[in-house]
This record gives sequence, structure tokens and C-alpha cells, in this order.
Amino acid sequence: MKTAVIVFPGSNCDRDMAVALEQVTGRAPAMVWHRDTDLPAGTDFIALPGGFSYGDYLRSGAMAARSPILRSVADAAARGVPVLGVCNGFQVLTEAQLLPGALMRNAGLNFVCRTVPLTVENSQSLFTASYNAGEEINIPVAHHDGNYFADAATLDRIEGEGRVAFRYADSVNGSARDIAGVLNDAGNVLGMMPHPERAIDRAHGGTDGLRLFEAALGVLA
Amino acid sequence: MKVNVYVTLKPGVLDPQGKAIHHALEGLGFAGVADVRAGRFIELDVADDVTDADLDAMCAKLLANTVIENYRIERP
Repeated sequence: MKTAVIVFPGSNCDRDMAVALEQVTGRAPAMVWHRDTDLPAGTDFIALPGGFSYGDYLRSGAMAARSPILRSVADAAARGVPVLGVCNGFQVLTEAQLLPGALMRNAGLNFVCRTVPLTVENSQSLFTASYNAGEEINIPVAHHDGNYFADAATLDRIEGEGRVAFRYADSVNGSARDIAGVLNDAGNVLGMMPHPERAIDRAHGGTDGLRLFEAALGVLA
Repeated sequence: MKVNVYVTLKPGVLDPQGKAIHHALEGLGFAGVADVRAGRFIELDVADDVTDADLDAMCAKLLANTVIENYRIERP
């Protein structure tokens, strides 16, 4: 399994993501700089990490979504390569229009940083197959712009298509319908505000995030 | 040539920042403000041969996120 983590100026969860990927695959991911134009040959899993890419200039994720490497990420996504965007990575995926909707300032205006319960809405995707539908899992969030917005028709469509992967069990940031994670049409791109890479070791206080990587990386126990 | 771009949230999109500004104005004792919506103003200095279509593309592709925002281009 060849994995890659895209690193933008201002990414700050790239090494946490690398630790998670290496822990599950036994192989360190390629760390790919935003100015690179190509992914390493044979990359079969791409992660967009959390952080504050380009200082959140213009809008969170806006500049990163237009960086050179994102064209290759979009091409890979179109070929069916799994792409996971966490936090700022989710913002980048919506700005790049690889996922529907947008992430706005939290309704309460405060940065929210705590472990929150999520409800697994779709347990059939390649990222969520290790969970049971309706299961409650605990994953940390840490964001200022996590307030998911899409128009009502889009929300109805993604709900109807089973593309809401995770929902906040309690309201966290004002997200429409408490949506915490969204899949693309083909199911190979997942964006989520909570950080599964921060819940992969008992020392983290929980390992619910580890199961996402195990499912996505094909090493289901 | 200077071009002004105004990016505003679409009607119906909640604006928590506008709400906070509104509350702050009320806290300062300013009465009579019914609502506040915050947006972004971008000033571009462009060559004369940049067309309206170019400017529109700049807004649609980067300056505004058309999922949540409208934009207005003001060219002298």
C-alpha cells in the first residue's frame, strides 16, 4: 500500500497523519509538497491533513485547492484512488469541488477543540466499513471553520445517496443537519472535520479513529 | 486599472460574523441596526486588456466561493 500525505505551507497535522498511515500499513507515506505536480507513481491512498494551509487566506482551504498538486489529486480521485481529507483537508476538498458544500465559521464563533461523539451514518463505504451503522464513536475535533453548509436540495441529495458518512451526535459547530463527514458520488473521497488520526492509540484516550484507517487501507482485522 | 470586487454571502446563508458585529454594535449603544452582513472587498490592479469575462472567471474560480457567496465586479 503506497500512501501519500499532501503537505501545504501551514499544514500542522501532516505528521500525525503520517504516523497513523505508517502504523496501519507498516510503511511510511510519501510526504508530497504542494508545489509538486505529480504524486509518486503507484500512490493508492491520499490524505489531505489538517492545519491552516496558506494561513487560511481568502477562505479556509481556498489557496490549497488551487495549488499545483491538487490537479493530480483530482485526477487520482477521478480514477478511484481513495482520498481522505481531515479538517483543513475537508475544507480543501470542498473548495476544490471534489466534495459538495462549504465549511463556514462555527456558528458559535469560537474555535472548538474537544472529543465529540459521532454517529456513523454510512458503514458501507471503503472508509467506514469497520463501523456499524448507527454506532457512536468518539473522535476529537479542533476547528474554527467547521460549520457545514449546502443548499437544501444538495443536502437532500447527499442524504438520499447515503453520502453523509458521519454526523455529530450533539451540535458542535452549527453544521447543517449536524453533518460531520461527507463522501463524494463515487464513495472514494471522504472529507470530515473530526480527526481520526488523533484517536489511534490508547494514549490518545481512544482508538475509534484507527478503525477508519484499517478499513480504508484494507487491513481490516 | 483599478477594479473593485465585492464578495458577499448569499441571502439565506447564516452569517455568524455579521451577527457578532451586530451584537457588538448594540453593546456600544448604537440602536436602530436591524441586521449586519459581513463580506469581503478586493481591489485588483489589472492591465487594460483584461476583459470582463476574465474578471468574471477570476471571481468564479477563486475570489468567491459560489456555493455560499455572490460577487459583484465594479470597473470604472
